[in-house]
Amino acid sequence: MANFAVHASADSLSNAKPKMDIKDLSFFYGDNKALKDITLPLFEKRVTALIGPSGCGKSTLLRILNRIYELYPGQRAEGTIMLDGENILDPKLDANYLRSKVGMVFQKPTPFPMTIYDNIAFGVKLYQKPSRAEMDAIVESSLVRTALWGEVKDRLHTSALGLSGGQQQRLCIARTVAVKPEVVLFDEPTSALDPISTAKIEELIDELKRDFTIVIVTHNMQQAARVADLTAFMYLGDLIEAGPTTTMFSTPKDNRTLDYITGRFG
Amino acid sequence: MDQGLYKRRMLRNRFHMAMSVATALFGLTWLILILAMLLIKGIGGLNLAVFTEMTPPPGSSGGLLNAIVGSLILTILGVLIGTPIAVLAGTYMAEYGRHSKLTDVVRFINDILLSAPSIVIGLFVYGIMVRPMGYFSGIAGAVALAILVIPVVVRTTEDMLLLVPSQMREAAAALGAPRWHVIRQVSYRAAKTGIITGILLAIARISGETAPLLFTALNNQFWSTSLLAPMPSLPVVIFQFALSPYEDWQRLAWTGALLITVAVLTLSIVARLLSSKRTV
Repeated sequence: MANFAVHASADSLSNAKPKMDIKDLSFFYGDNKALKDITLPLFEKRVTALIGPSGCGKSTLLRILNRIYELYPGQRAEGTIMLDGENILDPKLDANYLRSKVGMVFQKPTPFPMTIYDNIAFGVKLYQKPSRAEMDAIVESSLVRTALWGEVKDRLHTSALGLSGGQQQRLCIARTVAVKPEVVLFDEPTSALDPISTAKIEELIDELKRDFTIVIVTHNMQQAARVADLTAFMYLGDLIEAGPTTTMFSTPKDNRTLDYITGRFG
Repeated sequence: MDQGLYKRRMLRNRFHMAMSVATALFGLTWLILILAMLLIKGIGGLNLAVFTEMTPPPGSSGGLLNAIVGSLILTILGVLIGTPIAVLAGTYMAEYGRHSKLTDVVRFINDILLSAPSIVIGLFVYGIMVRPMGYFSGIAGAVALAILVIPVVVRTTEDMLLLVPSQMREAAAALGAPRWHVIRQVSYRAAKTGIITGILLAIARISGETAPLLFTALNNQFWSTSLLAPMPSLPVVIFQFALSPYEDWQRLAWTGALLITVAVLTLSIVARLLSSKRTV
C-alpha cells in the first residue's frame, strides 16, 4: 500500500532526479517492526520533510540513511537504499565512508568539548590533511556559510560550549558541511531552539539546498511548509503519502494526512 | 488549619533536624580528633633531618628520607602500571562493550576487587612474585599497589564515560569518525576531569596502604632505589616504628603519619577542585 509514485508535477520538481532511492525498506528494533516497506525517492538538491505523529518512524527512517542506528545492537534494516549507484545497506559498504557522503545534524546541539575551530577541523581532518592556512580557510568558509562567522571570528579558539544554543546548532551545521557531504539529514534541528534561532536555521536550510540534498524530520508543520519542496507523511511505521509540499498541504489524498495537517491528531 | 497538626509537624521537623546535625557532628568529631592528635604529636618531630636523613637505628638521630623516596617510587610505579590497564578496561565497558555480557561480569568482579581487603592482594602478589623470585622487592610492592589502583580507576572511568551523552558520540560518528577516534577525541575529552579525579583518588588510596607492602616490598633500613631489592615505604616504617618501644622511633612514626595525611588531604582537595570545575 505504501508503494506509489511521487507526483513530480510541481514546478520545483520538474527537473529533479532522485539522489537517494529508498525501496521496500523495513526496519526492526529486535522483533518489533518499526518501518513497513517504505518506498520513497529523495530528490537531488531539494528539501524533503518527514512529518507525522511521535513514534511514526520518521526519525528511525532518517537514522537509516547514514546507518547511525548501527551504533546500537539489535537493530536491523531490510530493503535497498541506492545512493550514487550503491546500495548503502550493503554491509560491505563502509559506514564511515557512507557518513562522509551523508551528514547529520541532531535535535540537540552537540558541540564537541573543544574549541570552535577544532569542532570544524575535527571532521575535516578525517578526510584530508590541509595545511594550517587551508584549514583556516575551510573553517572560515564553513562559518560564513552558516552565518556564524561574524559572531565568532574573534573567539575561534575558545570553547564551543560557551556559545548559545542557536549558535551551537549552526556550528554543528558548519561542522557537517565542512566535510562536503552530498546529503544532509536534519533530525528536528530546531525543536530545542527559540523562534529567532529557528528562523535562522530555516533560512540556512534554504541556502544549503543549492548544494546539498536535504532531508528534515520535523514536528512542526509550518516548518515543513516553509522549508520543504517535498513532504512525506508517516503514520505507525507506514509511509501514508508523499508529494510536493504544496499539494500535501492543500489537497492530500489520504484522510489521515488531512487529519494530521489540520491538527486533528498528533 | 488544624493548629495541633501543624505544631506536631513543626516539632517532628525540629527533632529530625537536630538528630541529623548531631550525627554529622559525631562523625566529624572523630576526624577532627585524629587530625589534631596527628598534628600535635607529629609536628614536633618535623625538621629538616626528616627529609635529608635515613631511618635510624634506635637511639640515634635520623629521618625518613629513604622511606619517603621509597613510597614515591612505589606509588608512582603502581599508578603507572595500574592506570593504563584500568582506563582501557573502563573504556571497553562504557564504549565498546556497553551491551555485552562480559561487561556485566567484569563490573561484578571489579566491585569485588574494589572491596577486597588489601592484605589479600598482598598475599596474592607474595604468591605470584615474591615466592618464585625468592626475595622481597620494590617491583612486587608496585604490582600490589597497581592491583589496588585498578578497581578504583576502572569504576570511575566507566562511570565518567557513561555520563558523556550518547548524542555526542553519534554526532562524531555521523561525521564518519571511526569508533576509536570518537573515543579518543570526544569521549575522553568530555570525561577527562572525571577520569583524572579517579586516578588522584586511587593515588590517595594506595599512598597509605601498609598491608600489601608488608608481603611484597617489605622494608629497608637503608637507602635503596633498586626495584629488585626490598624497598622502604612510609606506611611500613610507621607500622614498624610505632609498634617499637623506642621513643625516638615513635616520634618519627607520628611525623611520617602526618606527612602521609597531609599528602592524601592535598590530593583529595585537588581532586575536589578538578571535579567541581567544568572545563573543555
